[in-house]
Amino acid sequence: MSEALGASGVAKAYGDCVAVRDASLSVTAGTAHALVGENGAGKTTLMKILYGLEPADAGTVRIGGAVVSHPNPVDSIARGVGMVHQHFMLVPTLSVVENVVLGREPRRGLRVDLARASAELRALAEAHGLGVDPARLVGDLSVGERQRVEILKVLYRGARTLILDEPTAMLSPPEVQPFIALLRSLVAGGATVLMVTHKLGEVLALADHVTVLRRGELVETRPTAGLTAEALGRALVGREVAAPQRRTRRGEGGARFTLSDVRVLRPDGTTALDGVSLAIAPGEIVGIAGVEGNGQHELVQVAAGLARPAVGSVELDGVDCTTLGIAARHRLGLGLVPEDRHEEGLLLDSPLWENLYLGREEGFGRSVLVPRAAVVAATERAIAELDVRPPDPEAAARSLSGGNQQKVVLARELGRSPRVLVCAQPTRGVDIGAIAEIHARLLALADAGAAILLVSAELDEILTLADRVHVLYRGRLVAEHALPAADPDALRGRLGGAMLGLGSAS
Amino acid sequence: MSARRALHVAIALLAALLVTSLFILVAGRSPLRIYAALLVGTWGNAYGAGQVLFKATPLMLTGLAVSFALRAGLFNVGAEGQLTAGGFAAGIVGAALPAGTSALLAIPTCLLAAAAGGALLGVIPGWLKARRGAHEVITTIMLNFVVRAAMVGFGTMLFVRESVHAQPVVAGALLPRLSRIFPALHGSAASLALPLSLLVVFLIAGLLARTRLGFRIRAVGAQPEVAATAGIDVGRTYLVALTIAGAIAGLGGASFVLGYKGYYEDGFAGGIGFVGIAVAVLGGTRPMGIVLAALLFGTLGQGALAVNAICPKEIIDVMQALIIIGAAAAGVRMGRPGVRT
Repeated sequence: MSEALGASGVAKAYGDCVAVRDASLSVTAGTAHALVGENGAGKTTLMKILYGLEPADAGTVRIGGAVVSHPNPVDSIARGVGMVHQHFMLVPTLSVVENVVLGREPRRGLRVDLARASAELRALAEAHGLGVDPARLVGDLSVGERQRVEILKVLYRGARTLILDEPTAMLSPPEVQPFIALLRSLVAGGATVLMVTHKLGEVLALADHVTVLRRGELVETRPTAGLTAEALGRALVGREVAAPQRRTRRGEGGARFTLSDVRVLRPDGTTALDGVSLAIAPGEIVGIAGVEGNGQHELVQVAAGLARPAVGSVELDGVDCTTLGIAARHRLGLGLVPEDRHEEGLLLDSPLWENLYLGREEGFGRSVLVPRAAVVAATERAIAELDVRPPDPEAAARSLSGGNQQKVVLARELGRSPRVLVCAQPTRGVDIGAIAEIHARLLALADAGAAILLVSAELDEILTLADRVHVLYRGRLVAEHALPAADPDALRGRLGGAMLGLGSAS
Repeated sequence: MSARRALHVAIALLAALLVTSLFILVAGRSPLRIYAALLVGTWGNAYGAGQVLFKATPLMLTGLAVSFALRAGLFNVGAEGQLTAGGFAAGIVGAALPAGTSALLAIPTCLLAAAAGGALLGVIPGWLKARRGAHEVITTIMLNFVVRAAMVGFGTMLFVRESVHAQPVVAGALLPRLSRIFPALHGSAASLALPLSLLVVFLIAGLLARTRLGFRIRAVGAQPEVAATAGIDVGRTYLVALTIAGAIAGLGGASFVLGYKGYYEDGFAGGIGFVGIAVAVLGGTRPMGIVLAALLFGTLGQGALAVNAICPKEIIDVMQALIIIGAAAAGVRMGRPGVRT
């Protein structure tokens, strides 16, 4: 079989930080190839080098078997290689066809020939089973549809080899399966796919070959046939990843954290939460599943005290805290792992010790001065306990990988010994090793008697950790199931249906 | 000042010098002669140096008032009005004190009045920002005009007949001239205000780096969303930061009124507040940066008088403007400074 894309001895460093060292890769034409690795392993850098977005310090890149002397995106596109980025590069106020042709518009005289472009696009979409109406505004499309537009964009430019950087990171669970199927059909039609992913299930479902990167080094490339998720996980982190131990202790006693008939309106007047009631016992983990945008954000805000409900009440250990802000709820024993560690969780340019101090100032005494020595010492203990790398309290939060950043957020919240933890997307964009660590900490916290509200887009995460699962659909809790389920696959199906608003399970 | 920033500033200064030289050449004069006159008239003798220090003193404080607010993510364009209000408060309180009040009581009282006067003008935009989300750039600019007009109004009631200044402050409220300790500075208006201003600059640096309040201000300035999520009251922090910024600029007014004139004089601010923005842009977030930038603009201010004999002193205004443009072009960023001290 011929090679579509390849690299030999590629190395890249950013300052002192080596992102990729001596990586060689060969992607066979007409196959799907997965590139996996923990955060910071160098996957994205390697992809950018292959596509020509970043120059390599050493090594060569091959397209179609021929060495590319000066890799750059224009050249790559001309040679039939296209890249779909993790974050969509689309103009929401333009239509699908306008987005697709942007930068190489077919012209008739001085005007853009949109009619011709639409016809071409429709044909292209049909040929590949990518059903998107060219006339619709991108702003009106779902995330999954936008993803398809990104792929159409690349195909329209004549790409036969697609580089995809974590394409499923933005998709909701029900959108992932059809997306993988779509990629498989592209490959069946002769295209070549090179995809970065965190998710082992996707590797096994999609790829013919998988390459594992660890800390900038290529560990191995192997066929996926006969590969198990466990073996792949081991190769990824370089050690055994223990599955979290299910707890023996369950929630007990009365409710520690209660939401009663909570209604929340969005600024535009639409209803975000429509009468949500929840009670979480000490030691219990309650999972909230669902497609994002169904009120998860508002639920977290209301539970943590960052927003007030229009109607309804919130109680913590019997104390009505409906009108209390998050600072007051912190004093009552509430912790929050926010959805987005970059936008809400971390002071990115601050050292780790300041990030552990943030929002916990009172816990370190009442002095007007920052008790730096005490905070640094506490930080050293916390980062040793959670195996944060680098273990340097003075390191800027920005310099850490996603998994380590998330551990820092968790360390801060665990540091207040919370009685209630509101935990949103705790492992989003986090590598497998760190996921295991974070899951173990959450289970230990519940064992210590905390009530945990776990809002996650990862159904598997909820099924692993929670004692009870609800599905949030259009601002309402539409399903409730006790866990673990007798028949996990059947439950998965029912929950997936509930997420899409099909029937009302349980 | 990081090495990188220092390099950018050096490039900006060099470029400004070159372009100014072109202007001078076009006007048919010798740039070297003018620069020589500028240097001799400032750092060339003790009096000139003293005058530079005198001019740099309020600039340090207005520069700090802008730079400090920037740490909270706020662009304080109101230093001019805050300075005026501070000087006015110091002058009026100083004049109202009993004639024999000792310096130990009179000076702190007047400084407090100046800080309070400036702070009042910080509280207003701070409160509007915290409660109503009103943009501080708009409100602080507009307050400059309000202060200007109010001063004209008060002036007619308070000023000594046939003058544009108020009653002089009591003798005890005057900040002693530095020439009493360093006789070489004789004749220059450099006063105790200089060491006091340096103290304020370094105290504020300590506040930002070491205290809880400073940490919160930096957190809000760097990432307000993160600060809010952690339970910091962002609006309150804005209010406190602008109040402190106003108080700092107000002290700048006291340095002029108590250290130089001895009375409040209409229009004494004369743009010191606006040059403070330039000081903050060039000086950045470090205390030494602010001090050095204030000295630079103090040098230019005094140098303008020195070159006036051989060319229009407006050439120095051109140079000041070019330095700022150069700094912006060389990539000296003010925007949202990092949270780090």
